[in-house]
Amino acid sequence: MDIHSKLLGGGVAVLKLEGKLNMVSAPHLRQEVHSAVAAGNSKVVIDLSAVDFIDSSGLGALINGLKSTRQAGGDLRIAGPTEQVRLVLELTNMDRVLNAYETAETAFSE
Amino acid sequence: MSRNLLVRMCVVVTLALGLNYILWRWFFSLNWHAWWIAVPLVCAETYNFIDVFFFGFTVWRADGKPVIHVPADGLTVDVFITTFNEPIDLVIATAMAAQKIRYPHKTWILDDGARDEMRHAAESIGVGYVKRGPNWENRPLHAKAGNLNNALMSTSGEFMLILDADQVPYPEILDHTLGYFEDPKIALVQTPQWFGNVSTYDPLGSQAPLFYGPIQQGKNAWNAAFFCGSNAVLRREALMQLGISQYVKEIEIAVRQALRSADRILARTQRSSISDIPEVQYSLKNVGQAIAETRLAIGSGATIADATYALQRRITEVSKRLVKSHLQVMADDLEIIGQIHSQTDEDWDVILDVEKTTDLLSSRDLTPLGALEAVSQLLRSLDVDRSDEAQPLMPLATVSVTEDMATSMRLHAMGWKSLYHHETLAIGLAPDDLSSMLKQRLRWAQGTMQVMLRENPLVQKGLSIAQKLLYFATMWSYLSGFAAIVYFVAPVVYLCFGILPVKSISATYFYHFIPFMIANQLLFFVVSKGISTWRGQQYSLALFPIWLKAVTSAVANVYFDRPLGFVVTPKTRQAGNRQWRLIKYQIVVSVILLIAAVIGITRLAQGLGEPIGTGVNVAWVLWDLALMGILLRAVRFRGVQPEGK
Repeated sequence: MDIHSKLLGGGVAVLKLEGKLNMVSAPHLRQEVHSAVAAGNSKVVIDLSAVDFIDSSGLGALINGLKSTRQAGGDLRIAGPTEQVRLVLELTNMDRVLNAYETAETAFSE
Repeated sequence: MSRNLLVRMCVVVTLALGLNYILWRWFFSLNWHAWWIAVPLVCAETYNFIDVFFFGFTVWRADGKPVIHVPADGLTVDVFITTFNEPIDLVIATAMAAQKIRYPHKTWILDDGARDEMRHAAESIGVGYVKRGPNWENRPLHAKAGNLNNALMSTSGEFMLILDADQVPYPEILDHTLGYFEDPKIALVQTPQWFGNVSTYDPLGSQAPLFYGPIQQGKNAWNAAFFCGSNAVLRREALMQLGISQYVKEIEIAVRQALRSADRILARTQRSSISDIPEVQYSLKNVGQAIAETRLAIGSGATIADATYALQRRITEVSKRLVKSHLQVMADDLEIIGQIHSQTDEDWDVILDVEKTTDLLSSRDLTPLGALEAVSQLLRSLDVDRSDEAQPLMPLATVSVTEDMATSMRLHAMGWKSLYHHETLAIGLAPDDLSSMLKQRLRWAQGTMQVMLRENPLVQKGLSIAQKLLYFATMWSYLSGFAAIVYFVAPVVYLCFGILPVKSISATYFYHFIPFMIANQLLFFVVSKGISTWRGQQYSLALFPIWLKAVTSAVANVYFDRPLGFVVTPKTRQAGNRQWRLIKYQIVVSVILLIAAVIGITRLAQGLGEPIGTGVNVAWVLWDLALMGILLRAVRFRGVQPEGK
């Protein structure tokens, strides 16, 4: 899995993931979220539009990220989930916890 | 005739005879004049009949020999060796055996003792070392479940083999178990636990040939074989999914509870005099509104993350505003304190006695800041990060000290499958003195009771009826302490006072009882294929104080939040008479039984007793004593001298 990060301004960092978010790549994501928070961008958007597969370890990394951003006073949001990702979110009831925003740009535009 | 058919015939005959006996006992045999012993006795016998029913149900579907599927290449596997305080050498010996497991894997020592020597030893042989991170400080550790949950977050293998520190694996353990996971619904493969330091006599009853044999095989046939903590392979995806769904469930509960409590605190504050301060009034109103809106939002489908985020934001704003007016509030507080002061304590100088003043200022009943702090603390707890736990995901269940059974029950409830692979693939060490053995049995029993009280299998959604019954069957068997008491009291009552719980001990009694008894023993014999189950039968009665204590302490723990309180036993073996104290209740009961037998025989000699009744009850006493007699061997047991091969 590849992770491309960019800043949106206002302390919002977007991490665009490409490939599989699974038990192998989950530690990578966790690391990237930590780095973003450490750099002062505690509002993190995980762009899932190019993720074709997610497993429970991937979801675990999202939850861990949610914890570290919240502890830093920010938030973690997800955007653009593909069909498979949406299905897993529903299956695990994670859709009751995390709201999936349409695009990375709209995630923090309230 | 196939074996399966033979087993089923035995089950049907035993249950039919048992039903015949129990119904006769309830409806035709009770001596109502002595109901106080008659009713408990028939209840105890019914308890045992139900136990036999569960046993018959368990072994109904026989399970053939394990078929070994060759696993695909390229699966990633972590081998976890869990340790807390076991000797370094022992852990390293296990780790070195683990390194020799043939299927490619990575070996880790999970050291809950956080010992530097352990880390060095692990590094020196080239195995991974994991200990708890700083996130576990001041948070519940959850023993072995916590240890494994911690390791799950820092490793990434698709499968994990879990080994206790003393369970030395065979090189083929993964080759023989991983193949089953080709079925994507399989979450767990459990293999037997067999102990190498136990003689054939096995005075402490360490081997469990009936459990790691017909019982787990039987459960397996109903897709209900459960996880026993060690010598098992688990699928990471299944555990993580469990962790996620548990997280969602607990977050929803926590949010609901936090909102309710916040409401209560607000209401209490609003009733107190401080709410007259305008700034406080404003804050309270604002927070109250925010809570109501959050509840509404969640009710109408907003996600928990969004709803709590918005709520946190509003609380932060309110707090900021309040901090601005902090000085004003302080002044108001001081005025209130001043009033109290003039009413109660004339000598107290509000300005000089700083400590007392700050104490009062921060007491929650008095200051608005205190009240709001209480609310915001609660609202923080309603956050989605589970700040009361070291990590948001706890895949291995933490509701019980036997995390293994609780975890596999949840896996089954989510639709995962388990397998019991009946082939010894690791050799462990059993406790080698009575006190550690008692401690271990108590822990198992307590853990099982915790699961039964917290997550009763009979009402768990997602479990099949067979799974519900089979999990419940294991829990049921731990209630035997109550029946044991009745089985001690009944013969004593007859032998000493001539009071019979049945109308008469006549031929009718024997017609009903003896066939059931024989069929029952025959069933055991057939199912166990002749392996002796005697030691198990002995301990199931002889450890009655342990079973009783397990139930009472688990009830106190689950409903009254009291710690389980393990039996305090030093690690080193104790000498002399202190060992005897471990079995004081059994000694007292045995002495009473013996005295009762003597009294009974004396009464018979004096013409007070009745021969058949006395005979039956003396035989009963002897049976009880024969079962408990194993403790005489156990208490003097000083570890096994290795048998030369």
